[in-house]
Amino acid sequence: MPSIVNYLWLIPALPLLAAGMIALLKQRHRSLSASLSIGSLAISLGLSIAAFVPTLGPIEGGGGVKRWVHNLDWFEFGNTTLRLGWVLDPLTAAMLVMVTFVGLLIFIYSVGYMAHDENAARFFCFLSLFAAAMLGILISNSLLLLFMSWELVGLASYLLIGFWYHKPSAAAAAKKAFITTRIGDMGFLLGLLWLYGETGTLLFYDNGNGCLEQSALNRLNTLTTAGGMGVATAISLLLFCGAAGKSGQVPLHVWLPDAMEGPTPVSALIHAATMVAAGVFLIARVFPLMDVDPANVAGSSTALSVVTWVGAVTAVFAALIAVGQNDIKRILAYSTVSQLGYMMLGLGAGGVAVGMFHLLTHAFFKALLFLGAGSVIHGCHEEQDIRRMGGLRRQMPTTFLTYAIGMMALSGVPLLFSGFWSKDEILHAASVWPVSRLPFYLGLFGAVLTAFYMTRQMFFVFFGKQHLGKEAHESPTVMTIPLVILAIAAVLVGFWGTPAWPWLHAYLTGHELHLDLSALAKSATLMLISTAVVALGMISAWRLYTRKTPSSPQALDPLEAAQPAVFGVLKNRAYIDEFYEATVIRLNHLLSVTSDVLDRFLWNGLVQLVSLMAIALASVGKALDQFVINLGFDGWCGGLKQGARGFARLQNGQVQSYLRVIGLSLVALVVVLLWERRR
Amino acid sequence: MTPLHYYLIFAALLFSVGLAGALMRRNAILVLIGIELMLNAANLNFIAFWRYSPTANELVGLMFVLFSIGIAAAEAAVGLAIIISIYRHHRSTQLQHVDRLKG
Amino acid sequence: MRMLSDIPIAFLMIAAVTLVSAVCAMSLRNLVHCGLCLVLTFVGLAATYLHLSAEFVGFAQVLVYVGAVAILIVFTILLTRNAEVTLSPVSQSSLVGLGIAIAVCGSLVLPLVTSPSLRRLPAQSLAPDAQVQRIGEKLMAQYVIPLEALALVLTAAMIGAVVIAMRDDPERNDPSPSPQNQKDTGSVSNSPAGTALNSSSSTSSSQRP
Repeated sequence: MPSIVNYLWLIPALPLLAAGMIALLKQRHRSLSASLSIGSLAISLGLSIAAFVPTLGPIEGGGGVKRWVHNLDWFEFGNTTLRLGWVLDPLTAAMLVMVTFVGLLIFIYSVGYMAHDENAARFFCFLSLFAAAMLGILISNSLLLLFMSWELVGLASYLLIGFWYHKPSAAAAAKKAFITTRIGDMGFLLGLLWLYGETGTLLFYDNGNGCLEQSALNRLNTLTTAGGMGVATAISLLLFCGAAGKSGQVPLHVWLPDAMEGPTPVSALIHAATMVAAGVFLIARVFPLMDVDPANVAGSSTALSVVTWVGAVTAVFAALIAVGQNDIKRILAYSTVSQLGYMMLGLGAGGVAVGMFHLLTHAFFKALLFLGAGSVIHGCHEEQDIRRMGGLRRQMPTTFLTYAIGMMALSGVPLLFSGFWSKDEILHAASVWPVSRLPFYLGLFGAVLTAFYMTRQMFFVFFGKQHLGKEAHESPTVMTIPLVILAIAAVLVGFWGTPAWPWLHAYLTGHELHLDLSALAKSATLMLISTAVVALGMISAWRLYTRKTPSSPQALDPLEAAQPAVFGVLKNRAYIDEFYEATVIRLNHLLSVTSDVLDRFLWNGLVQLVSLMAIALASVGKALDQFVINLGFDGWCGGLKQGARGFARLQNGQVQSYLRVIGLSLVALVVVLLWERRR
Repeated sequence: MTPLHYYLIFAALLFSVGLAGALMRRNAILVLIGIELMLNAANLNFIAFWRYSPTANELVGLMFVLFSIGIAAAEAAVGLAIIISIYRHHRSTQLQHVDRLKG
Repeated sequence: MRMLSDIPIAFLMIAAVTLVSAVCAMSLRNLVHCGLCLVLTFVGLAATYLHLSAEFVGFAQVLVYVGAVAILIVFTILLTRNAEVTLSPVSQSSLVGLGIAIAVCGSLVLPLVTSPSLRRLPAQSLAPDAQVQRIGEKLMAQYVIPLEALALVLTAAMIGAVVIAMRDDPERNDPSPSPQNQKDTGSVSNSPAGTALNSSSSTSSSQRP
């Protein structure tokens, strides 16, 4: 076991420490807080690479995946010991490197982006907290630790999205993100508890006793619950609820576009590399559990089917909406939702390696796109509407070039760009999915749309006439350098997983790796199809928007002119928010009004009744006190006092009154004596 | 010869006069005088009973009276000294002013 | 029927004078007059003792009471003279005192008057042998211990009177007053007590045969 495993906890602990230290700093220590968070994340990156290296190498003793765990007792209650732990395996290592690398670039970029914000120190504090929580998710070997980090991620994202909390829309978006993900997390928590109840452990891997290992899975496989559904399937679906909430799958995707209210680096961090990836990562992590199926056919368990369908639907649905959007960040947000759908589709249909490949490539090029969008917004003086931009390629050449690379990677331009390879993997997996062919066609349609809306965005932003009133300017170096690095990565990362040399696949699943150019030929048909699809999307967009580029920001979109009804639906995000407004929120409102009425009249009445009874009892007691006990005591005390006063009056210090008493006593004595004698 | 109870009645009246004075007057000196009178009435009783007792030759009553007179002298001396001391203290010999030791 | 000669005129006269002077001593406004009436009362009592053939006691009464106690009282009256205030003649409390005194008087006199046993006593026996010599023998033999105790009491009373009547030094912060002051105050305030002591001691010495 490599020694780095014992120190794996340092990777999330360092950013957490940085966050704590920054929280104690004053707001004006801008550069100190920035260097603290960047420095800690850089060390984490170094540690991640150090953890990554041992997972490479050839596998000793044949098949299986390299995996080291380090478990420890957290606390005991009764006979049960709650155990936490961390794990180092290829999945963790690859994600660690990706998250720390992209995160570091985003941190550096933030220095430039937040240079004029007076709360930059707070921003870096939240960023570090977010990074710590995300890294915690990655290394955790316990569903419980993962859940805790998961919730920390939710908290940090809430803080970051609502960073400009003085904007009402930002505050509302933060709340929306938090509450929507909470709905999914409720399923996650239930699944977690159920899993614990069935297996008695939450550790993933524990020398054969973990809940993801064969003995537990076999046991789960035999159990069924209501409606003949397997327990494993039910738990998997509950966990998928959490993943869907975090990863913005339909129908819980609504928070993600709104989350664009946060600063752009936050959007990049949350939507590209980390938070949305957390859901995909969760599915990849518990993949053995998802895969449990009595029929034991690969990729066809009920849970994975659900994942596949949800992913496919999300991919197309979000891509459709993205076509109708005008906000540069919103387009990217819906694009992210769509790509997350692709990842889910890949996970469900093709397994961990397929989904993760797209996750990793997407992290790079989507971070690149977001940072590029941030650069554009920064350069255009906080303008976000693409109709008001245009012709920016001359003013912002670096941004333009890197953005174009990102756009092509996302659209899946063949051979050179990473998005092509990973999307191709997914489409390939979907095409051979034994359950249905429909997700494959949905995926193809999504690819057309992806190419279309990205080309549309490019035309609006960088080509055509300039509509911006003010002069746009290129962003500072500290912002463009991360763009360049990410652009290079966005190109190169794709070669990890070409069909000819599926290194990532081998790495993640532990298979033998060999260069096989014939595989390339085998999938040539599919590659041609996807190339054609991408070309279709791009060319149609090009034709549409170069010929009829809107002359002014107020002009109708060409699509809108052609199909106003369809475009209107898309523009308004398919009325999902309105739908929720009309159903869920109204229901919620109705419920709350009902509760309010119940509270106000029924419960309040009951409570008041009880309190009135208590008051009545108390007044009886008070009366008792006042008129019986108090009077009794008062009478008693008064009697004592008066008696004492009387006796004290006898003792008045006047000698003559004493003498009088003596005289009277003498008389009394004589009378008594005479009386005695008389008898 | 005078009967015994004449003396006794005389002594009782004298005692009563002394008592009345001690009870009625506010001046400490007069109260002391009243007490002296009461003491003298008691002495008179002793003498009268001695004189009429069958064993008068034993001189018991006489001795009583002699000692009583001695005690009375001591008492008068101390009492008057106390009155002078009180007078110095209160610039008064009125008894109602002297009630410091009340309970 | 009682004969006129049976009425003890001498006793009644002495008793009347004594009682009247006693009442005067208790009731007069002027304290000096009260003292003088007191002297008369003591003299009357002494006469009563003589009448009861207790000559030695009668003379002792004159010496001690008239010569010492009464003089002492008069001195005290004179010393505290400026403290005398005019009293309201009859107050409620003094009426109460009078009532109590009358009640006591009644309770004393009534049994005497109604008691039959006193009348049965022998009217008068021979005058007992009360020579001064016998009294002195009795005192020095049978009553020697009470005599010594009385001497002790008188000594203690003298010292006590001196200490009590000693003038309080105004600046008495010093716990041990200077001997000079002590001597002065003693000589000033002690003269009445000293007189009483002298007379009583002279009394006891004169009892010697």
